[in-house]
Amino acid sequence: MAGYITTNNLGASFGGVQAIENITVEIPANKVTAIIGPSGCGKSTFLRCLNRMHELVPGTKISGEVIWDGRNIYASEMDATEVRRGIGMVFQKPNPFPLMSIEDNVSAGLRLAAGRMSKARIAEIIEHSLKLAALWDEVKNKLGRPGGSLSGGQQQRLCIARALAVQPDVILMDEPCSALDPASTQKIEDTIDKLKKDYTIVIVTHNMQQAARVSDFTGFMLAREMSDPGRMIEYGPTNKIFTMPDRKETENYITGRFG
Amino acid sequence: MNEEQAINGRLQMQKEEDYEAAELAPPAARPSAPTHESMGEEATGKASRDRKLYSGSAARRRSRNIRSRLAYSLCALSTVIATVPLLLILFYVIYQGAGALNLSFLTDLPKPVGESGGGMGNAIVGSLILIGIAAVIGVPFGVLAGTQLAEYRSPRLSWVVRLLSDILSGVPSIIVGIFVYTLLVLTFKQFSAIAGGVALGILMLPTVARTTEEMMRMVPDSLREASLALGIPRWRTITSVVIKTAAGGIMTGVMLATARIAGETAPLLFTALNSRTWPTGLDKPIASLPVQIYTYAISPFDAWHKQAWAGSLVLVLIVLFLSIGSKLYFGRRMKRAT
Repeated sequence: MAGYITTNNLGASFGGVQAIENITVEIPANKVTAIIGPSGCGKSTFLRCLNRMHELVPGTKISGEVIWDGRNIYASEMDATEVRRGIGMVFQKPNPFPLMSIEDNVSAGLRLAAGRMSKARIAEIIEHSLKLAALWDEVKNKLGRPGGSLSGGQQQRLCIARALAVQPDVILMDEPCSALDPASTQKIEDTIDKLKKDYTIVIVTHNMQQAARVSDFTGFMLAREMSDPGRMIEYGPTNKIFTMPDRKETENYITGRFG
Repeated sequence: MNEEQAINGRLQMQKEEDYEAAELAPPAARPSAPTHESMGEEATGKASRDRKLYSGSAARRRSRNIRSRLAYSLCALSTVIATVPLLLILFYVIYQGAGALNLSFLTDLPKPVGESGGGMGNAIVGSLILIGIAAVIGVPFGVLAGTQLAEYRSPRLSWVVRLLSDILSGVPSIIVGIFVYTLLVLTFKQFSAIAGGVALGILMLPTVARTTEEMMRMVPDSLREASLALGIPRWRTITSVVIKTAAGGIMTGVMLATARIAGETAPLLFTALNSRTWPTGLDKPIASLPVQIYTYAISPFDAWHKQAWAGSLVLVLIVLFLSIGSKLYFGRRMKRAT
């Protein structure tokens, strides 16, 4: 299994406290990889290390390597904005830009980060991204309305469309459904399923059923004690992790004995 | 609320007084009737605990009620005391000034003593020019300083900048006037509109910087992250996302700062001086409403006193227009943004 994103001994700390340690995994291309584990095990930190979002918090340190498409994203010649353009992110709480219209939200990355583009091309990308995120039919008649006027589930799909518009290779999702109702969750899971044809997706989730439903590969993370750094306990194909995990901790977590 | 309800654990506070009686009870902690069978026992236990916490004896409830009303009355009274002087000033200025206010007052030059009529047209234009120069200086530097404080969180530099801006906002305006007098007027041997505008601009700086900082801090970090995660560079995130989202609040701050300096007199006495003609150039002395009001008010002529009142009314109206207008317009924008 060739890793499209490979981490080597990845570790990260906040102000001297080690949050994750020694994570070595290979995330395959065009698959959905789920990261599960109890609260505080460093799932989100791990995810944020994959597109250099972790370093935005002052007092953070990162060790080890993240190889994306053959290049270490933490190499000195790599530009963080370029990494983030290639590896997009969807956050736990929907965070559309409240004063921008729906279409401006989707095109924000294009207008503010990429070079100049024709209006027609931008309109085309907006429509394509909204369709991919399964939001087009609901908003096509009100593209000028502010992004904040949508419902929570629609806002999250708007955020997915916004991330897709800059045409990344990889999309990281940090518990994208935890603030949503089941119907919206269903729509987002359908979207994820559709997207993996063209994108590599890594999703952090609290919901084990969700991991089982949407992912091809699963990583189980755990911090042994509250103050211990989180480690990747087990990583492999989802059906193996959920049916016959190698490690006792994984089995305990999956069968609901803790966490 | 009656005892029976409380005993049943169905204590529901419907009336306003009951909310007050509950004093510090947070809304989330307010007990509600157990509806699910599964939570039956637990909920009853919780309800009886809550009953002890929030109801107490009838006497204690009454005393709490009285104290709560007393506190409310005190607050209401203080509000009235604080508002009355403002209204009195407004009414008195209107009462005294409205008589002398007419179109020629707004458009004409002042007439020499003895001649009737004339106005403060040059002073109104002069004030607008001075405010314009002040804004050109105060707004960009203030917004940039506020941006530094809010976005580039280097603790030591921010501490120094914040301290300096607090000190600056406490410096009496006449001191700023003397400073600019030494810096510009003495150097160029010339009272000028520029010098006046610089003095007012310096006075605007701390207000603009601090409101910019506060408004930008109100922009949630999730928006910064959303922007950065799209690969938008930091500076672009600040200009196109953070400042744009906070723009309503920043503009309100700018308007309030403008309203504040519009009435400044002391710093203009040493810098812009005064003039009885229309403005001829930014390097020449210039008339302004506050200085003209001051000159007329201390004069011995009755006609000038009337004109000073009319000038005061115009100044008060400009300030009111700026502050109320900006609150109405930008306040709504800000609400939508956060």
